[in-house]
Amino acid sequence: MKCAHAVALVGVLLAATTVADTPLEPLRSPQEFDSIRDRAARSKAYFTEAAKVLQHPRCLNCHPATRSPTQGDDLHPHVPLVQAGPENKGTKELPCSSCHGAANAATLGARVKSIPGNDHWSLAPASMAWQGLTTAEICEQIKDPKRNGNRTLAQLEKHLAEDPLVGWAWDPGEGRAPAPGTQQVFGQLISAWIKTGAHCENRSR
Amino acid sequence: MSQQLSINGVTHTVDVDDDTPLLWVLRDVIGLTGTKFGCGIALCGACTVHIDGVPRRSCITSVRSVGNASIRTIEALETTPVGRSLQKAWLDLEVVQCGYCQSGQLMSAAALLAGNATPSDEDIDTVMSGNVCRCGTYGRIRAAIKQAAAEIHQSAPEGTR
Amino acid sequence: MSGTPSHALSRRSFLVSATATAGGLLIGFRVPLARGQSADAALEPNAFVRIDRAGAIRVTLPYVEMGQGAYTAQAQLLAEELEVEIGQLTLEHAPPNEALYSHPVFGDQITGGSAGLRGAWEPLRQAGATARTLLTQAAARRWRVSPSSCSAERGEIVHASSGRRIRYSELVDAAARLPVPKNVALKSPAQFRIVGKPVNRVDTPDKVNGKAKFGIDALPAGVKFAAVAACPVFGGQVGTIDDTAAKSIRGVRQIVRIEDAVAVIADHTWAARKGLAALKVTWNEGANANVDTQALVAECNAGLDRPGVTATTHGDVKAAEAQAASFYDADFRLPMLAHLAMEPINCTVHMRKDSCEIWVGCQRLALARRMAAEASGLPIEQITVHNHLLGGGFGRRLEADYVAQAVRIARHVDGPVKVIWSREEDVQHDFFRYHNHSRVRVGLDANNAPISFSHKIVGPAVMARWLPAFFQNNVDLDIISVAAGTYAWPNVHVEYVRVEPPRGLNVGNWRGVGASRNAFVVESAIDDLAKLAGKDPLTYRRELLAKSPRLLNVLNKVAELAQWGTPLGAGRGRGIALLDDFGSYVAQIAEVTVSRSGQVRVDRVFCVVDCGFAVNPDIVKAQLEGGIIYGVSAVLHGRITVAKGRIQQGNFDDCPVLRMHDSPLIEVHVVPSLEAPGGVGEPGTAAVFPAVTNAIFAATGKRLLDLPIDTTQLRNLP
Repeated sequence: MKCAHAVALVGVLLAATTVADTPLEPLRSPQEFDSIRDRAARSKAYFTEAAKVLQHPRCLNCHPATRSPTQGDDLHPHVPLVQAGPENKGTKELPCSSCHGAANAATLGARVKSIPGNDHWSLAPASMAWQGLTTAEICEQIKDPKRNGNRTLAQLEKHLAEDPLVGWAWDPGEGRAPAPGTQQVFGQLISAWIKTGAHCENRSR
Repeated sequence: MSQQLSINGVTHTVDVDDDTPLLWVLRDVIGLTGTKFGCGIALCGACTVHIDGVPRRSCITSVRSVGNASIRTIEALETTPVGRSLQKAWLDLEVVQCGYCQSGQLMSAAALLAGNATPSDEDIDTVMSGNVCRCGTYGRIRAAIKQAAAEIHQSAPEGTR
Repeated sequence: MSGTPSHALSRRSFLVSATATAGGLLIGFRVPLARGQSADAALEPNAFVRIDRAGAIRVTLPYVEMGQGAYTAQAQLLAEELEVEIGQLTLEHAPPNEALYSHPVFGDQITGGSAGLRGAWEPLRQAGATARTLLTQAAARRWRVSPSSCSAERGEIVHASSGRRIRYSELVDAAARLPVPKNVALKSPAQFRIVGKPVNRVDTPDKVNGKAKFGIDALPAGVKFAAVAACPVFGGQVGTIDDTAAKSIRGVRQIVRIEDAVAVIADHTWAARKGLAALKVTWNEGANANVDTQALVAECNAGLDRPGVTATTHGDVKAAEAQAASFYDADFRLPMLAHLAMEPINCTVHMRKDSCEIWVGCQRLALARRMAAEASGLPIEQITVHNHLLGGGFGRRLEADYVAQAVRIARHVDGPVKVIWSREEDVQHDFFRYHNHSRVRVGLDANNAPISFSHKIVGPAVMARWLPAFFQNNVDLDIISVAAGTYAWPNVHVEYVRVEPPRGLNVGNWRGVGASRNAFVVESAIDDLAKLAGKDPLTYRRELLAKSPRLLNVLNKVAELAQWGTPLGAGRGRGIALLDDFGSYVAQIAEVTVSRSGQVRVDRVFCVVDCGFAVNPDIVKAQLEGGIIYGVSAVLHGRITVAKGRIQQGNFDDCPVLRMHDSPLIEVHVVPSLEAPGGVGEPGTAAVFPAVTNAIFAATGKRLLDLPIDTTQLRNLP
């Protein structure tokens, strides 16, 4: 039964990399795309830039292709083998909250320097699986109310720009590389994408 | 700062920084050493306790986050029917070798059976994959969980099954 | 460790288990009064048994409990000869005392080498029988009957013909005045009530309720907690320390600097760990600052090309090779391995002006005491060591470096201090199994039958430091263990090239010891030779084992158990491995599945063991099961690497080990036998390495010569 509603659990990223040395990835602001005259092309460019965030391990790990999250910058299977469970917060027997609290937790001295946490820690629903998709496929998916949590584009923009769990990607805890840029610029890119018609690249490209 | 913790039905007042993991409060401050330190990063499960019935890795669970929730440790596992059945099965099947991981194994198993009275092998593997045993008692743990589940099922009054 | 002096004890003992009474047994400490000085009158004819007037029977167990069932087995041996139930015994950890508690073959107080029960087999039964004999004599005197007309039963002496009975407790005074007999008759296996039965373990009831006390659980009054960091570059030392920030952390009491490590002492471990994280330390990295794994491997490779010291030789390999029609040549390379016992390394010490008290779990208690004496500067008589249950040993706790370190820290601390290593510290400052390379050359005749076997082994001489009696004529007797297997080679030559790690990189014993390297080498070679000869690996082995009936027997049994020869699906294979070591004979068959992407899953392992008389058949099974899991973790994942003088791994994220979901199903069969007991803690681990790689060979045709297995070599194979 469990498997039937298997929705999601949440990813944890026990990245073993030494993040201190990794330069923060930049994220270009919408203004930097002003030179693209064609509106649709500009829209696509906004999304492609925003997808640097969507395709980042901090995001992908909790938008897995199966109902189990992955972890680390290499997207390896989560240990333990947690399942999404009925509410995307793990099963009753092994909920996300077994390890993930309301905030990132320092481990001190360990090579895994923190355990990620957030008040809303959970796995993306199955409809929002991103791993293995192209940017164009994610683009189509993210504006499809059937696959984006029944959100209008305005609601989607608000979610991506303001949601604290989305925001975790830029505050992922010590020892973990954050998503590129800031949530603010990411939000601006999404906003600009929507305002320019929310165009997606051709999927077959 | 001073904080009250409800552990195995007893209220303890502890005076530690609120980021202190529950594990060290249990072991070093209160003296409940049944909960074990194994990795410090929630990867081995040796420190598993129940907080309001939810299995939690106490090595990364700050006392601040516990608040006034009810904590149960291995020392009080025997106060629940599921716990007693598991302990019995563990001894019947001679699961234990060095025993260091077994507090955590039992607490994870108790959470498993509390949420799923008739777990399949796959259910057991999934939940128990969070607990490392270096003595290699996994096969016996799986068998003991099944035995305990069967015993609980048999002893449950009609209509509650 | 066989083919070595340990073989001397190989057929001498074994495991049993005991009936635990409800609630389990008390496992306590003995306050180390000198024997014979106890205030109460008691019968104490030897260092293992003490019966007092109140009827309490205390037995002192020289072999430590690390999960292998040692306490149960020792209790069985004693209860059997004492003619009491195990539940009547009070068990005590032996204190450190080389004179009383040394292993008869190792010559020191050591629990290891799968040899504990073999060491206990005679002495503990003698100890029990001696007490029983004295009590019988005392009763016979009281009743003025012949001792031979009396018998012992469940804590009483019985005179059957008159129906008189008397409890042991009432005979204590009289028995204590009798001369202790030198030799007493032991029961025959046919008379055993407890030995040989799968009785319940004595240590486990308290391991399911949190009451069992491991070393890490010691809490002497007023104890403080220490977090420690040794120089991350092995062999390096502390340079400068800035403790300003660390001292401001609440609960931090003291910063201690010793030569090669810093420690933060605090009210609890978290405060200590926070203090350690806040400590700014520079290290004098020393000579090893540029050492890396590549260089260490290159040095061992170079060793393969150097002549070695002859370890064993039969026949004339040179002459045979001169006549060989062809050769089988292979080089094998084994990685560094860590132990990762579940209980991280720890030790609690209370240094006083004229004494030092230690709480620890250790496989070498007397060594711990000697090292503590040296580290404390106190006479050895002033050192007290309380041993505890061990949360896994696997060879790591055959060292006592952590005891010395804790003492050196405690010298600066007022009151007791518990030093707990983080998991990362535990991995990075392990006494590793070192790189171990092997070169095998087998001369073949025109029919591809072997006419010579030569094996050159390159690696460190752990025994030279750890147990010098096992380092003879410049040969480490452990590293050459089972170097030629038990096969009927007409001519054999084994030689040893000693290559030591850089000073400061500590190496030691790891579960399976020499056999965990050489079984892989020999059993891989045999599998290849079978292929060259165009024969089935089972048939081929049988032919070379005609004169080894016990090994042949376990081989035949495991083939039956695993249904050797029945078809498996694509990507699947079975592999055989044999081992004759530790006084036991083991045959295994592993079944694996190799995916197109090269991922290996060990599905099942069948194991048949002839360990002689199985003192406790269920514990035998458990040891084989656990040993197999330990070995599969290593064959699939085990590798410790060095970069810039630092160990690169640190925790279960980068030292993956088997978990329940990826563990094989294991079926163990114990061959009934009345032969002398053999060891069972290590053979399971040693044999499974080649069982798995041979199964991969069967599944893919790919021979893996280096460990751990490299999945990139297994991609897209047939």
